[in-house]
Amino acid sequence: MSDRDDILQRLRAAPRGKAPLLPDVSAFHAALAAGMPASTPAARRTLFCEKMAFWHGEVVRVTHDSWPEKLRELCLAKGVRSLLCGERHAVALRGAGIEGLKTYDRPLEEWKAELFQNIEAGLTSTRGGIAETGTLIIWPDASEPRLLSLVPPIHFALLDARQIYDNLFTAMSEQGWSAGMPTNALLVSGPSKTADIQVTLAYGAHGPKELIVLLLVDEEELA
Amino acid sequence: MNTQALRFVPASEFKERAAAAVADEHLRHSFRGAMDFLIGKRAAQFPDPVALEQQRALAEHIRKYSLARLPDLLEQLERKLTENGIQVHWAADPEQANRIIIDIARRHSTRLMVKGKSMVSEEIELNHAMADAGMEALESDMGEYIVQLDGEKPSHIIMPAIHKTKQEIARLFAERVPGAGYTESVDELIGIGRAVLREKFMSADIGLSGVNFAVAETGTLCLVENEGNGRMCTTVPDVHIAITGIEKVVEKLEHVPPLFGLLTRSATGQAITTYFNMISGPRRPGEKDGPREMHLVLVDNGRTQAYSDEQLRSTLQCIRCGACMNHCPVYTRIGGHAYGTTYPGPIGEIISPHMLGLAATHVLPTASSLCGACGEVCPVRIPIPDLLIRLRGEAQHDERPGHFPMLGQGAAKSRVIDAIWAGWAALYTRPALYRAFGWLATRFRALTPPMQSGWTVSRTPLKPAGQTLHERMAARKRP
Amino acid sequence: MDDTGGRRYPAKPARVYLFGTCLIDLFCPEAGMDAVRLLEREGIEVDFPPDQTCCGQPAHSSGFPDQTRAVALAQLRLFPEPWPVVVPSGSCAGMMRHHYPKVFADDPALLAEAQALAERVFELSEFLLEVARVRFSDQGPPARVALHTSCAARREMGTQVHARALLDQLPAVEVAMHGHESECCGFGGTFSLKHPAISSAMAGDKVEALKETGAETFLSADCGCMLNLNHTLQKRGESLQGQHLASFLWQRTGGQGGRR
Repeated sequence: MSDRDDILQRLRAAPRGKAPLLPDVSAFHAALAAGMPASTPAARRTLFCEKMAFWHGEVVRVTHDSWPEKLRELCLAKGVRSLLCGERHAVALRGAGIEGLKTYDRPLEEWKAELFQNIEAGLTSTRGGIAETGTLIIWPDASEPRLLSLVPPIHFALLDARQIYDNLFTAMSEQGWSAGMPTNALLVSGPSKTADIQVTLAYGAHGPKELIVLLLVDEEELA
Repeated sequence: MNTQALRFVPASEFKERAAAAVADEHLRHSFRGAMDFLIGKRAAQFPDPVALEQQRALAEHIRKYSLARLPDLLEQLERKLTENGIQVHWAADPEQANRIIIDIARRHSTRLMVKGKSMVSEEIELNHAMADAGMEALESDMGEYIVQLDGEKPSHIIMPAIHKTKQEIARLFAERVPGAGYTESVDELIGIGRAVLREKFMSADIGLSGVNFAVAETGTLCLVENEGNGRMCTTVPDVHIAITGIEKVVEKLEHVPPLFGLLTRSATGQAITTYFNMISGPRRPGEKDGPREMHLVLVDNGRTQAYSDEQLRSTLQCIRCGACMNHCPVYTRIGGHAYGTTYPGPIGEIISPHMLGLAATHVLPTASSLCGACGEVCPVRIPIPDLLIRLRGEAQHDERPGHFPMLGQGAAKSRVIDAIWAGWAALYTRPALYRAFGWLATRFRALTPPMQSGWTVSRTPLKPAGQTLHERMAARKRP
Repeated sequence: MDDTGGRRYPAKPARVYLFGTCLIDLFCPEAGMDAVRLLEREGIEVDFPPDQTCCGQPAHSSGFPDQTRAVALAQLRLFPEPWPVVVPSGSCAGMMRHHYPKVFADDPALLAEAQALAERVFELSEFLLEVARVRFSDQGPPARVALHTSCAARREMGTQVHARALLDQLPAVEVAMHGHESECCGFGGTFSLKHPAISSAMAGDKVEALKETGAETFLSADCGCMLNLNHTLQKRGESLQGQHLASFLWQRTGGQGGRR
């Protein structure tokens, strides 16, 4: 008998006992929400920013029109000489005149060493944010590959302030994740870190040392 | 670089190692400090005990529900993963799991495998098997990297190098990492590890990872981490092999958030980890990175034995947060290495007997005062003290009718101990005899032996009172 | 199921049973007598069934279910009247209240009896506070004490809440918190015999924490913990000693005249 059949047979031979009903996660969250003040976009944004700051993530407010320019300023201020982006934002960023702009337009194998050694920052889009935990939702794809948010020491992430959800459960249900997941989906809460040496926190363990969220807000909110 | 892999030491020598550990002031001090830190961090995450109980109830429900449907969910998971392009393998025991992984590694002419944190890979002693097969398996989680560099095993499932001070790590790096100078700066030490391991991520042929949750409905493998090494291992090399115990499957994606939320809060007192990595397939055409080939190895290694008993099945509810060890007064005093098993502390005491058999592990379930701290903090409400008692029983008796025998059933059976308990029960079920015993013990209290086994190691001998409560109460009736 | 909150309490009864426990019977009978005195002072008659021996916990926690069952069965029917059963030990009370129903789970008739008994089992401090509703009047000089609550008392019976509330009725008594207060003292029944090195380390840390409070005495509602700590302290030549909560309460409230 194969190991597979053997394992399944042993499991099926076990006493069944009482079968629990399907857990109602939705009702649990509804009950939680009922006991809290109504969720508003402003409250979610405030909470998101507070939690992201707790994770050592920086939040910079930008507008839909001005963010490439702001990113240019940030790169200058941080001394970033090479910024990696996906094809999605390449045109806008080129328009802003960012120096050392590179597009992730080749398979990894063709430029692995360069990616690891010569790229100082990466920019990704996000699918939204999570207020409760200060978390970015990132779904890498053909335009913005997986390593764009991991290998460069600085990670810039563009987040639409209107797409901040209360918690992970509401984010995944409202965005319908269970209907189909991408090959890789990520939640990112701050820069990479470790406390493995004497429970002392250190940032930049293997991934980015800095995470800067470009929070897209309306013109009037910026003022 | 020390990549030699170690085999686990026998659990049967637990008592000797525990005695050595409690005598080690430095070890005691560092574990106490670290555990206090983690206990405080966890407590801060759960300010409202009522809300915590509701979350624990939901998490327990999800785990029980998933386990009740385990064979169906495993088949559903296999189907979805296969559809997603992930190859699924099943391994009944460590040998088979290692064989599967080594076969894949050989097919890709592997020289170097980089590993994200995986306790199941420790359980099957994969590093050792890889070394035997002439291939290098390198740990990339900072804590795991440190203990591997020093030729050790993890002493905690979440914080593998928690037994080491930064000075020890500074010396270790200066000695073993080419080009590294001596520094006690934690940032600089992490920087050294980062530089070494980034080179390895680039050159590795295979990345190996564990799995925190496997979602059957979408065919998704979820990984929880702070460092980013897990993402490196599952993204940079051409081949990704994930390995997990068969119990880690849940039915729906929506079952993940309640478990994930309790896992990180219980483990390190974090509301969330830096990364939550959900992988549902290898690189698709057009995508520019990610592994081209993906495998999942589902490991039994004694889990079906725990599953085959309704009470012991709750062992498999575990989501490996480590809170039980952080709160365990025994673990705090002896550290993880004394147990000699992959999983130390209370969870190790209840799961190791299924993996290694009671013959090798029967002492472990006795290494608890049954204080109940573990069960109190367990986020999925595993009744750990009840399971410890059950395993003590199984180790000392033949299997009961209607129950499957455990591996090593009755291994701790002893005629002497049986006789003691038979005598005890005879005494305590015969009130007149019991009262006579009390009378004698109090009248002849001067004859109480001065050496009382383990008791008098650090205590003065017990001595009965002058008169029993029975006598005094009886005397009151006849004024 | 635990008693850290939510248990409904009956009205104060005229009579109760006392389950004295085997450790108190042999090693600390005075604590048992003080429990009786405290109850009687409240006008409650105490019945001590002479056939009682041990709750069965030692065999239970050692993994000897048959012997547990036999000894538990020998206690099960000693309390036929519907009176409360008061136990001056959190861990024995926990055994009878929470584990007896599991011990007899496979026999519906015995299970029903075990459940009915479990409903009537009260740890002493819980009973004094919530059922007898005592109001103590403090008769002693200012005192600083520490309180060690056994693990079963804490996690199964909520004793630290009840014991503290009782001590709070004594204005001149200051209850000092000690480090790692909720941690086990290392007794654990046969654990202290099987794993002396670990058990001793735990007991050693506990007595250090108790000493650090500067308390003149420490109190416990469990004889097992108290013996463990007192004999550890004696071996170390320390003057600090623990006292059963019942004895402290009795002495502190002036004995027979202490009822307000």
